[in-house]
Amino acid sequence: MDIFDFSDGREGYYGEYGGVFLPEILHATIEELLECFRECKADPKFWQEYVTLLQNYSGRPTPLTHLENLSRELGGAQIYAKRDDLNHTGSHKVNNVMGQGLITQRLGKKRVIAETGAGQHGFATATMAAKFGFDCKIYMGAVDVARQRPNVFWMENLGAEVIAVEDGQKTLKDAVNECMRDWVTNMADTHYILGTACGPHPFPEMVSWFQSIIGLEAREQIIKQAGRLPDRVFACVGGGSNAMGLFQGFIDEPNIELVGCEAGGEGVGSYMHSARLAYDDASVGVAQGYKTYFLQNDEGNMNETHSVAAGLDYIGVNPIFSHLHDTGRVRFEAATDAEVKETLKLTMRTEGLIPALESTHGFVVALKEAAKMRKDEIVLVNMSGRGDKDIFTIADALDDAKWKSFISGKADQYRAEKK
Amino acid sequence: MMGLQSFIAERKKDKDLLVMAHVVCGYPSFEDNLKELEIMAEAGVDIVELQFPFSEPSADGPLFVRANEQSLKSGTTVDQCFELMAEVSERFSFKVLMMGYYNTAFKMGEDVFVQRLKAAGGVGFILPDLPIEEAGDLHKLAADAGIEPVILMTPTSSDKRLAQLGAASRGMVYAVARKGVTGSKTNMGDDVIALIERCREHTDVPIGVGFGVSSKQDMDFLRGHADMAIIGTAALKIWEQSGAEGLRAFFKEMMA
Repeated sequence: MDIFDFSDGREGYYGEYGGVFLPEILHATIEELLECFRECKADPKFWQEYVTLLQNYSGRPTPLTHLENLSRELGGAQIYAKRDDLNHTGSHKVNNVMGQGLITQRLGKKRVIAETGAGQHGFATATMAAKFGFDCKIYMGAVDVARQRPNVFWMENLGAEVIAVEDGQKTLKDAVNECMRDWVTNMADTHYILGTACGPHPFPEMVSWFQSIIGLEAREQIIKQAGRLPDRVFACVGGGSNAMGLFQGFIDEPNIELVGCEAGGEGVGSYMHSARLAYDDASVGVAQGYKTYFLQNDEGNMNETHSVAAGLDYIGVNPIFSHLHDTGRVRFEAATDAEVKETLKLTMRTEGLIPALESTHGFVVALKEAAKMRKDEIVLVNMSGRGDKDIFTIADALDDAKWKSFISGKADQYRAEKK
Repeated sequence: MMGLQSFIAERKKDKDLLVMAHVVCGYPSFEDNLKELEIMAEAGVDIVELQFPFSEPSADGPLFVRANEQSLKSGTTVDQCFELMAEVSERFSFKVLMMGYYNTAFKMGEDVFVQRLKAAGGVGFILPDLPIEEAGDLHKLAADAGIEPVILMTPTSSDKRLAQLGAASRGMVYAVARKGVTGSKTNMGDDVIALIERCREHTDVPIGVGFGVSSKQDMDFLRGHADMAIIGTAALKIWEQSGAEGLRAFFKEMMA
């Protein structure tokens, strides 16, 4: 199944989802991008250049780890984790960003902009911009700037300008809007490095293509290590780029179940979550350049979303997943904030692994199901990012008293220095 | 009911430059909207866009972004926007367009949208995030109902693109004077004239120019080139700074 073969349908559409819904002024820009992307995708040398760049700069291929302790403790399926957390900058985001960096070069543009929620994509983009010599502006909701200072610190020190967006809910979706506003003004010299497989065509396809490196590697690795393909594959879904990346390695195997794990926040019925497909609260709409399931009200205005993981705290989901949800090829489940905290503690203590809060959503569902599976079955979960650099957020999420007293001590010290 | 294009032709008999103005429904309040619209009507404004607020107004600049946000925060609904439209199209002599984002129409259903618009006396709509490729069904429904979609032409549109846009244009074309979002200053110069001329090569419908129209000089500049000047942010800015008196003086000067 080639989900990106549009010969039978409309270009950029996955079932009834996707498309391009942008102001007319961007028409030429998006056409130019599409053309450039088509050339790159058709050019085997481009892909080779991309893989080499990630090998030499980001440590690819990332390993596959058999979580033997956890598998034993749960007594069910054998659990394997794809370790995209071991990328430079700490997550799978760098794959897409490096790929789009090469695209930016081909387009002959000198400036990049990006939205960021948790700060991971902004951090990766600032890193890429420093390496490629691009001017870089990162838009980040003011609420996220406040809760993700360490990533802001790194972005700024990497030479990017970080703009705190004060509109709307002051989170990821508002940062996306602000990027659109920058892009309609500066498209002549600027490429918009969209961070996930959302937005107007060709972004969902392009981001999925760059992230497919995860699935390509994982498929080879699991055959080598476990002797066969997995039975179920799990990944967290915010926009859905890490999951698209991993799933593409297995999507043509009808017996392998693919499970997308969304942010259940405070749970079903709370309206404080970001589960577009796992819960029944979302409906089809058009915003931010594409058609998909959005968490919105009856009049098409977006609802407030919530997750302990800023990177999953988003109103929409990639249009490919909306389609694969309809066709039943991908099953969607949700993990609540409370489950995420418990599972994070478990993976830290049994395996010495610190998944990012986002990635932990995949672990919650994977572990729950693995426990009920047979010992000779295999599950694969994407550890798409690492949590150690999110120490502030995780310490906060775990409500760690010693950490709090350390921080208030630091605050006292800074205050005294100021005087 | 007279359609948008014939209305413009009619008004153009006595005037060389028509004026389109803009309000964001429910911002600062519906009462304020009515006061603003009264002033616009008195000043002889020809067409008004009523913007239905949307939570993701990504083509708008800071002032309208805040207006959209505040309006929704105060509880504005689609019903109220249509009620306002019905009231003002009944009461004033200017024609009324719906302006907003496609999701508003998509969520209620394109056919319902067109019927409600017609019932409220609207003559057309501007949906800046709906490209013509996606607008086929809606444009057909609109044509059947005698409602006209306003197509945007821009400085980045190639001749090939302008030809496509021209073929889809009905009622009037909205020429976007510059890149960017609503509300920043535009240097009205040769570029704008060149844009209007390029637009004219590809469409026979009247052309309104918007984005950054904010002064008497801009109006004088557009006269003789465009059919209509579109005034958006500048009027809201005046309303916020100096209320009814200011707005009255502003339109008086602009339309002198």
